[in-house]
Amino acid sequence: MPTYSFTVNQQPVTVDAPADLAVLWVLRDQLGITGPKYGCGVNACKACTCLVNGKAETTCSIKVSAIQGKNITTIEGLANGDALHPVQQAWLDLDVPQCGFCQPGQIMAAVDLLTRTKNPTDADIDAIENMCRCGTYVRIRKAIRVAASKMP
Amino acid sequence: MTAKSSRPDTREGPAGALVSRRSLLGSAMSAPVMGAVAGAGLATPQRAHAVPLPLTPADTVDYYDVADSIVQTSALTMPLVDIKLGSDGVYTLAVPRLESGTGIATALAMMVAEQAQVPLAKVRVTSADATPELIYNQITGGSSSVRCFEPFIPALVAKARALAGLPPTTSAPSNPAQYQVLGKRVSKLDALDIVTGRKKFTMDQAVPGAKPTMLRMPTQIRGGVASVNNIAVVQGMPGVIAVVVVPPGGTVVPRQVGVAVMAETFGQAWDACRALDISWTSGTNQGQTDASVFGTLRAAIPPLLPAGLGQMVIDAEFTFAPATHCPLEVECAIADVRPGSCEIWAGLQTPIVATQAIALDLGLLPAQVKTHVIPSGGSFGRRLFWDPVQVAAYVSQQAGRPCKLMYHRADDIRHTRLRPPQVHKVRATMLPPTLLLPGNVVSYQQSIGIVRLDARHGYGEIGTALGGSLPPMVAQTVGNLGYEQFFFKTMVSSPYNFGISAKLLFPVALDWNTVSYRSVHINPARTVEEVVCDEMAARLGKDPVAFRMEFLRLPRAKAVLQRCVSAAQWGKAMPAGFAQGVGVHMESRSFSACIVELDGRDADNAKVTKVTLVIDVGKPISPSGIEQQCLGGIAEAVSLVLNAGLTIKDGLPQETSYNQYRFAKMRDFPKDVQIIIMPNAGDPIAGMGEVAMSAPSGAIANAYRRATGRTPRNFPLNARAAFTATPPGQLPPPATQTA
Repeated sequence: MPTYSFTVNQQPVTVDAPADLAVLWVLRDQLGITGPKYGCGVNACKACTCLVNGKAETTCSIKVSAIQGKNITTIEGLANGDALHPVQQAWLDLDVPQCGFCQPGQIMAAVDLLTRTKNPTDADIDAIENMCRCGTYVRIRKAIRVAASKMP
Repeated sequence: MTAKSSRPDTREGPAGALVSRRSLLGSAMSAPVMGAVAGAGLATPQRAHAVPLPLTPADTVDYYDVADSIVQTSALTMPLVDIKLGSDGVYTLAVPRLESGTGIATALAMMVAEQAQVPLAKVRVTSADATPELIYNQITGGSSSVRCFEPFIPALVAKARALAGLPPTTSAPSNPAQYQVLGKRVSKLDALDIVTGRKKFTMDQAVPGAKPTMLRMPTQIRGGVASVNNIAVVQGMPGVIAVVVVPPGGTVVPRQVGVAVMAETFGQAWDACRALDISWTSGTNQGQTDASVFGTLRAAIPPLLPAGLGQMVIDAEFTFAPATHCPLEVECAIADVRPGSCEIWAGLQTPIVATQAIALDLGLLPAQVKTHVIPSGGSFGRRLFWDPVQVAAYVSQQAGRPCKLMYHRADDIRHTRLRPPQVHKVRATMLPPTLLLPGNVVSYQQSIGIVRLDARHGYGEIGTALGGSLPPMVAQTVGNLGYEQFFFKTMVSSPYNFGISAKLLFPVALDWNTVSYRSVHINPARTVEEVVCDEMAARLGKDPVAFRMEFLRLPRAKAVLQRCVSAAQWGKAMPAGFAQGVGVHMESRSFSACIVELDGRDADNAKVTKVTLVIDVGKPISPSGIEQQCLGGIAEAVSLVLNAGLTIKDGLPQETSYNQYRFAKMRDFPKDVQIIIMPNAGDPIAGMGEVAMSAPSGAIANAYRRATGRTPRNFPLNARAAFTATPPGQLPPPATQTA
């Protein structure tokens, strides 16, 4: 099997994997990084969202061969030690999560949005397609606004 | 979009063809409602109030509901619940319930902290393994969990202290004003683990040697495998460890049939599943479509009683498409079966019966099966059955190694257990208003034809489960029918005095995979009644809120409605194509009222823009958690009333993803939501997990009519977008995009 090298949460890694294996399974099944979740595999629920070179991507839909040399950030790598990222802190302060299964993906999508724009509009937030079955959307919307004012 | 008007306006703007009806509603509502809002009495209403005819027969749910039955059966073993006080002063409660996101762990921790008079940080809650000696006290359902524990918290805290050699605490405050923890805003106990990615769900458990496994399921619900034509080829694919045909079988309930592939990664298992060349056998619903199922259900409903001479009659028929629970975490389980033992990890609402049934499946003693209950990524009733455990255990036994099984979302939707499709027939009769007498409601009949609800989980242990499932492999046993009717009779009530009233359930023994769904019988039944309420109000020339105020039976129901009316500014001016709608509900001793605003300018794609929800749960424990459950109820209502339903074709749902089964996403969810929790007035603790669905459901359906002019009858109401279905018996390929 070919090998691929990239970084995950700033740690360099090299994996043996079939070229067409989705990054989600490399992270979960090969590297044991379980923050990114499987919810559909077809880029519909986006529970597997991570940052690839700083941009939100659904890792169920990216082949490992496409991330050679790139930097992946998962939910586990978002905080700086014990200091939460402003988005995580806002999620905690507003008690956003219910079951929590979609929230790693939701948080990564929000980080991506706030990286692109400091003052997201309602339309920007509506464009986030991450599925939440528990109905946390109102609190997510509020938490994004709270986090926006605290982004570095 | 939701322009607020501080000026109460009794008239709505013109809306095309609806002008006449809405003018009628507008003019009729003014005096009673404004009087109610202002608290100024009803001195000069345009129409006199009726003297409602009492609900007849009286509502037994007022006195005994399904949660009461769980409270009682749980009580027998409540003293056995594991609670300890450590030398660090931390109480650790092993909760014999599934935390699936509903916040029961946090609520119970708050109750322990209050009783023990310690900060919340000094209470830890864990998930108890399946504990058969608890008997009926390890089932999660019926919005009963917090109700079950509340009376026993003092005894449990005393037990922990006694085990630690300490006397009981001096009694905790009984006056809500003195509570230190209860009623205070706290975040969920596991929130930090969630936002940092540390919370471990079933598929995140590091079980040594457990290998990713996926299952490909048949072309029809409850179909079978005739042959696998390329097993050797698939066994030779990269990463593949084993291919296992999963045959029919299973104790209590039938096992999900299909062909499983175990591989080094889920990606490879999925690829290999897709590569399987399988000849399938037909299922139990071959040829069935939405139309044929609804036809069967309609035919199962006996004629309604005729109306009396001179009465006004509303006859209405409603349909509800089957719904899938679709928790974001797909059905999954880990099983490690060895000679003489089995260890299981899964999110289970009924882990005791799951353990006992798996032991029978494997030919083991129950004591040889150890089941770890893992908090799940949603459940909504789905995990009352343990089918992924059945499959994982079978595959592990056959493959001779631990199996980490996960359904693909496509099959998780198609072959999952459903909220049953149903047809409701309603006949409401009224006395028309005359010069001397106001109109009145005389009777309300609602008969429901429904695919039988599988309740073979019983009360969560093998005795009551077998009581519902003997003889095995029969879809509708006498025992199951008994449970079904018992649940219906102890859950579904009416908040109104509509005179002679009857809601009756007519289950049809179609062999579908069904199970309770959040507020299973209650939500469709009460949504229908709320819709008919508005239609009765219109026929009697009354405003929907005034009508409800007149006919609601109980003061707490009136109180939540009154609070909601003022908070939501009922009757305010709305732009053309927008309308408000109202719904009231009581369930599990909780009362709720909801007023929504809906944008119906595109009647095929109506959208909720604002929700005001007032809830009275008796004794509020965790306000943030209560609000979360209300948000969940709103999400269910927005989805099931407007957009989310399955399409049945040749015995199989066609939808395979969230893009096709349209549960609400961010853009579908109202941006403006206000939730008001009524203060603790000394009423008993009530249920929460399911109770916040139905007031919003009724309100949305009613707003839909007022905004679009369309009569809400077939749910979901919005036009369903066309899509290209994945062929039956196949799994979609992974999506691809470039990084």
